[in-house]
Formats: sequence, C-alpha cells, structure tokens
Amino acid sequence: MTTTPAAALNRKDFVTDQDVRWCPGCGDYSILAQVQKVMPELGIARENIVFISGIGCSSRFPYYMNTYGFHSIHGRAPAIASGLKATRPELSVWVVTGDGDGLSIGGNHLLHVLRRNVDVNILLFNNRIYGLTKGQYSPTSEVGKVTKSTPLGSIDYPLNPISVALGAEGTFVARTVDVEAKHLQDVIRRASQHRGASFVEILQNCNIFNDGAWSPLTEKDTKADASLVLEPGKPLIFGKNRDKGVRMNGHQLEVVTLGNGISERDLIVHDETDDGLAFLLSTMQPPKFPTPLGVFRAVQRPTYDEAINRQLTQAKDQHGVGALNELFGRGDTWDVPA
Amino acid sequence: MEPESAAAQAAGAGTRKRVEEREEVVIRFAGDSGDGMQLAGMHFTNETALAGNDLSTLPDFPAEIRAPAGTLAGVSGFQLHFSSRDVFTPGDAPDVLVAMNPAALKVNVDDLQPNGILIVDKEQFNEQNLRKAEFASNPLTDGSLDRFQVFEVDITKLTINALKDMGLPTRTMMRSRNFLALGLTSWLFGRPIEPTIKWINQRFKKTPAVGEANVAVLKAGWNFGETTEIFRTSYTVRPATIAPGRYRNITGNTATAFGFVAAARRAGRPLFLGSYPITPASDILHELSTLKNFDVYTFQAEDEIAGIGAALGAAFGGAIALTTTSGPGVCLKSEAINLAISTELPVIIADIQRGGPSTGLPTKTEQADLLLAMFGRNSDSPIPILAPATPADCFNMAFEAVRIAVTYMTPVFLLSDGYLANGAEPWLIPRAEDLPAIPVAFRTDPKGYFPYLRDPETLARPWAIPGTPGLEHRIGGLEKEYLTGNVSYAPANHEQMVRVRARKIAGIVREIPPIEIHGPAAGDLLVIGWGSTYGAIESATRALREQGRAVSHVHLRHLNPLPGDLGDVLHRFKQVLVPELNMGQLVRLLRAEYLVDAVGLNKIQGQPFKVSEIVTKATRMLEAPR
Repeated sequence: MTTTPAAALNRKDFVTDQDVRWCPGCGDYSILAQVQKVMPELGIARENIVFISGIGCSSRFPYYMNTYGFHSIHGRAPAIASGLKATRPELSVWVVTGDGDGLSIGGNHLLHVLRRNVDVNILLFNNRIYGLTKGQYSPTSEVGKVTKSTPLGSIDYPLNPISVALGAEGTFVARTVDVEAKHLQDVIRRASQHRGASFVEILQNCNIFNDGAWSPLTEKDTKADASLVLEPGKPLIFGKNRDKGVRMNGHQLEVVTLGNGISERDLIVHDETDDGLAFLLSTMQPPKFPTPLGVFRAVQRPTYDEAINRQLTQAKDQHGVGALNELFGRGDTWDVPA
Repeated sequence: MEPESAAAQAAGAGTRKRVEEREEVVIRFAGDSGDGMQLAGMHFTNETALAGNDLSTLPDFPAEIRAPAGTLAGVSGFQLHFSSRDVFTPGDAPDVLVAMNPAALKVNVDDLQPNGILIVDKEQFNEQNLRKAEFASNPLTDGSLDRFQVFEVDITKLTINALKDMGLPTRTMMRSRNFLALGLTSWLFGRPIEPTIKWINQRFKKTPAVGEANVAVLKAGWNFGETTEIFRTSYTVRPATIAPGRYRNITGNTATAFGFVAAARRAGRPLFLGSYPITPASDILHELSTLKNFDVYTFQAEDEIAGIGAALGAAFGGAIALTTTSGPGVCLKSEAINLAISTELPVIIADIQRGGPSTGLPTKTEQADLLLAMFGRNSDSPIPILAPATPADCFNMAFEAVRIAVTYMTPVFLLSDGYLANGAEPWLIPRAEDLPAIPVAFRTDPKGYFPYLRDPETLARPWAIPGTPGLEHRIGGLEKEYLTGNVSYAPANHEQMVRVRARKIAGIVREIPPIEIHGPAAGDLLVIGWGSTYGAIESATRALREQGRAVSHVHLRHLNPLPGDLGDVLHRFKQVLVPELNMGQLVRLLRAEYLVDAVGLNKIQGQPFKVSEIVTKATRMLEAPR
C-alpha cells in the first residue's frame, strides 16, 4: 500500500471494504455518499482525517469511511474528539452523531465542545427517532408522537438542535437535508473550511421507524414552500414562485407575500455574523414558518486547540523546555551525606 | 532576642532550660479550618526535614471549606511524626497537641498520649467558643485535662502584641496566630525557623507588610518559648540515619504528578490529563497544569466521562494519556474504561480513593475501590491494577503504570488514596537519567498491518496513530474479529477475543519482580497488605519481630495480576492476616485465588490504621490455640 497524494484522491478512496449495514432506503446512505464525494476536494491527505462517533445508527458511519475512525460509546464522541484535536491539531477531526446520541445522552459534551470552539466538524443526523433500539421517541420528537415507548403520545417538549448549538456559543451552525445532495455537499465543504467547531444538523429520514420525518421538506411539490435557503447577503425569499419572504415585525418574524407594496427591500437580509438574527431564524418552525436551511451563523473565535497549544509554546518560551532534574529539586531540599 | 540559628538557640537555651532528648515525637496541630493549621504543619514539616529527621505527615481536614468558625465540624488538623529512626507512619497517638480553640481540643484530645504536651490558646476558651464546642464546663478549669501537661498560652494576645504597632486590622492580625504556634513549637523542638522566614518573604513579596507581620509573629512565638517561665524544658530529636542523597519532602499527589511527567518524558511523548475536579485527586490536576513546558496538556473536562473520553482521544493520537479521579468518578468512567479495554488503548485511571459509598467521606481515606477497579465494569474486562505503598512511592507506581499501559496497550488502574495523596514523606530525589526509558514504537509499516495484530510475547496490538499513511483503520467498542479488527459477532471469535484480552493482562506477571518479604521467609504469621497501609503494617511487624515473633510483612504493589510467587509465599506461613481499610477486599481475592485461610483486619473509619491495632490483632492470632 502506498500513499495517494491528497490531490489525486477520488470518492472511491474513501470507501471501505465493509458492507454498509443501514436499512435499505435509509437517509444515511445519501449522507455517506455526499461526504465521500466532498472529502477528495478538501485537499487533506486521507491519513490526516479522523471520523469519531458515538452509538446509534448514524454512529456506524466511521466503519464506512476509509480514514482513521473511532466508533466510541454513547454520546461521548465530542469528548474523544476534543482530546485528539487538542494534542493533534493538524488532523481533520469529524464527529458523527444523532439526535439521541448528541442531544440526549451526549447533550453535555455537545454543549462543551461548541463553547470551547474545538476545531472539529460535527454532523448531527436528526431523524427524530431512536432507530438502533428500534423505535423509541427521541429528544427531537414532536409532542404527541406515538412510539414504542410513548403509546399515548410523547409528552416531552422537543429540543431545537440549531437553537441549542447557538445557545452553546457555536461559531458555525448550519442545517441541511439528507436528500439535497448539492446543498449537503456545500454545507459540509463550508463546515470543513470553518476554523472552530462546526455544527451541522442534517435532517434525515428513517424509513423504518419514522418514515417521512421531514417529508414536507423533501417532497418535490411541497419543499419550496416548506423550506427557506439561507444565503449570506441575500433577502429571505422562499416559495415555489419565489414570492414569499420573511420580515421583522417589531421583535417578531413575519412571513409576507411580495407585491402589494411589499418588496424585497422590506425583507430581512441574511447575515451569518448577526447573533440575534441567527437565533430568531432558528426558531422558525412549521406550520407558521418555512424551515431555514443553510448557515445560520459563521463567526470567528480563537479555537481551543490553538489556545491550548499556544499555552504550551508560551510556557516553553518563558521557562524553557522543562527539565526533570530541575522539577524534582524544586522547593526546599536537603542533602544527606554518605 | 532574635533567633539566629537553631543550634545557637539550643545552646543558649541550654544555659537556662533543660534540653531533653527524644527518639521520636508525634505532634498534631489542630484548629478551626480558617486558622491555617495545614500551613503551620507544612512548615513545621519542612523545618523538621531540614533538621535531618525521618518523618511522615497526615493532614486531616473537614469536607466543608469553611464550616462555621469554632464548631466541631470545622476542625482541621495536621499530624507529623518525626524521629531519629526510620518512620513509617504519621504516628498512632500524638505526644503533643496544639489546640487553637475548644472545638479543636474536643475533637483531638482523646488521641493525646497520657502525660502528653497540650498547648492551648487560653483566650479562645471563652463562653461562646465553649458552647460551640459543646463543652458543659471549661476543660481548662474542671480538671478533665489533669492527665496531660497543659500549657495555657495567650496565643491570641501574643500575636496581637507582636503586631500592635503595625497598624493592621484585628482580623488580619488574628490570621497570623498559626505562626505564633509554629514559632513556639519550633522552639520547643529545636527546629530551625529560617526556612519558614524565607518562605514567608517569598510568598508575601507583593504584600511585604503581611510578610513582615507573619515573620514578627513567628519570632514572637519562638521568643516566648525561650523567655517564658511556663516552658522549663525543650526537646531535641537527633537526625536519623538516612540513605545518602538529596531529599525533598513530597506528598503522594505531587509524586503521582511527577511520576506521570517523568514517564511521558522517558517515552518521548506529550502527556495529556483529562480530569474533572474531585477531592482528593484535584491536586494532581493543579500540579500538572503548571507544567505545560514539559509538554503537559491539562483538560478540565465538563464531567468525569469527558475527562477519560478526552484522554482516550489523546491516546488514540499517540499521547501518554491519563485521567485522575476518586471513587464516584470511577463509577462514571466505567463505560469508557471498558472502551479502552476493547479498543486496547493505553490510558491511566488514577483513582485517589476516599470513603464511600456515594459521596461518602470526601476528605477521609479508605481503600475500598479495589474490587471496583477489578470488576466494576460490564462483562469480562481485565485491567492491570497498581497501588503505591507510600507517598513517595506514588512516583514509582505512576511511572510503572505508564510503562505497563504502553507496553501492553491497555488501560491501567493506579489506586492511591487520600492518606497517600495528602500525606508526605522525604523523597530521595532520583536523577532523571537513571529512570528507565519507556520505548514507544508507533507502527508505520503498512506491510502486513492489521489493527489487532498481536506482539507474540506481550499480545499487545500495534499503536498506529492517525497521520500515518497507509494504516487508516477503524476501532470501536463492538466486538472485533481477531487480527483484522473488523466488527464480528461470530461466537467462537468472541470467546477467542475474551480469552486473549485476559491472557494479555495475565501475562503482565512477567514484569513483576519476586516478592520482597520483610522478615523471615517462612514463619508463624504473614501480614499482607496493599496501598497506604504499608507504614502501619511495617511498623507493627517490626515491633512483633523485636518481641521475638516469626512474623513477616509482604506488601503488594501489583494487584492485577498478582505476583507469580505469591501463592508459594502465602503457603509458607501458618497464618495470614490482611489488614485493609475496607470490609475485606484483598482478602477475598487471596482466598479465591490461592485457597488460603487468610483473615481480615478491617477498619472503616476514614482513618489509617494505628500500629497498635495491627499489633493487637496479630498477637491475638499468634496466641490463639490452633
């Protein structure tokens, strides 16, 4: 086996010899294909890429990526990724997680990897259900959802992954959809280019336990009205006929139809660096609003891995490279003569 | 009179006051947790080390940071045992007790030896403080202290007098009372106070007024001892015969931190600590966080799980990785430890044990996590376990834990405890160049590579780190196929993997040196222990041999696997006694492993064994009709 230069890699170089064992029709296949397609474009040598996951359907992902991979324990992938990235900042580290893994059992770690701004790329596959344990409700399931563990309907109010990521001070927060190949690729590319923690919610269908999880967003005849693609510097316009938009009304967002005195100039122009706007957009939910897709927030903040390594360098500059004999003899010592 | 040097002081004192020689002294400083007793004890210890005595110390502080002043819950203590002979423990019962208030007296007085020296701050025995300490009458006047030599000293007044011209607020002045006590006891035992003065000047460089005040009070304490009629005798303890070399005093936690740093350096790799603050382990995190110029990364994680998770990530990347914690934290880390066992990655779990279950006794010692370390995970999940015997030994065992972890590609448990962590003893400082190298060879050759290819001798799998071209591979917690590491649920393969993981750990027995038996190689009684009970057992078995008993001591530092010659040694003694600070954990392993009728001596009070407790039990066993 020899090393293939990063530039000459193609999609197949990222495919492993392992049989992919997701259910036929699962949204994860599409995500895997798009990630494998984008990887060769990133100009990163395969050996410098690491995929780390927790537990769940999505977390099988690393087995199918011909890079370094670590399929760990439930919810803890962000912690493992943080330790790896801190000590090996030159690596491209990816975390693959799901709504249960990332927001329920691993919610704590997700918050902290984001606020620390560790330079890792987090892909959270959100299918609003527990698939691997065969169909219990998840922390993103709708109220009233009937599942194996909620025969009378779920009474838990769901988390909004984008709001959570913004609340945790995430510096790059985006949303995309499993079947929107091009949009998915674009978002993954941007996530990888972002310096700092990138959080990407990927709306994903579970055709076995929660089929149609996002169907208004994925069906051909409804998606244009059900979704709104965010583009920096562009007004928030959506709809089959591109005739609807979102504007501010006081402190509230409001959907308006263009025409009758309402023009593009009245609409909100997307700004990825506007914290308040990002949060407002994250609250847009059906049926009142279309679901925004794209990058909600992209800002720069020093990364954890840079900072921790800078402290090591500064300590060496200030005190010299540590010498064990000097360390051992610090403080009061005394000599016992022979 | 200015204290110039201890020798001059002792000579001067000799003209007016009697100097009595003692072979050994146990002194305990006790006061409110805000009274600075730990600091006074620490400096008395440094002075004692410089005076050439062997010594051992034990702090005893409450879990509450600041319990209400003057209450029994807020009493903090520091005990020091120093001697002209070898010292193995901080001492059973103090010969000298310094009690800064009634609560400190109440909590500690029952331990004081009959005819022991009791120094109290007289002014603190007022009605309010007596009530807080739940005294019905004033012990200074009701005759209840008649069996001791009581010295009522106006510690508070002397402190304030020494500082009256400095214009300090009373509150600040009161905080120097510990230095009065330290100065006085330093005089009483002929300890040099120069190192303390040097420390004060250094510590208060930025607030010289406070430094000056503390020095003034320290000297006032010394001078009071020298001039007052109350003390007619001072004491001297000759230097001990100690192996030549350079020494420093070291606590178990500092020694543990140094051991890890040294091991990482000898392995030529960075050190990564992932940790969540927990008593009594946090000092290792504190210590390591100051050593960044040694390529030490410290990651204060969001919780215990993230602490070990981050360490595992760092280990995957090729760092020497560890997590530090105590019992409750180990419970949280169990799943991640098993991930390390399954992925066969080197990571150290340093468990600084404390009293349990649950939150238990955070600041008190116990050695009750042995079976947790041994068995506290799902399924068959063998893991090497090491335990240091003394504070200084923490250095050796931390170093050894790293060596075993990277040699065998396995997580390793290091079981220290609160007593070792905070206890201190003189440490013969090693030379870095004398420490063994820890060879770390990352796999780089893709030819014939498999993630679970095994070294024929150690059965370790290759350490192939990200960034190595051609070795891209996936690991995880699912059962994997022997050799390839691919996910496999095949029945026979699972059994093969369970067995090979067990065989790998069992094979570490080849690393364990022959057992050192202190005492005859065969005899009437073998006292066998592990961890921090070393000092008490060693002292007890020496005392028994001095009485002519055929009693030996074996102390285990490797608990999994156990030494290969242990069965043979156990069967050479008529009886086996296993003292432990738990309900009987090692004794259970020994009985199961070797079918030996070992007997436990168990103490679960958050306190170490007293030597006398072990002597009594051993004597009873030796004298029992068989």
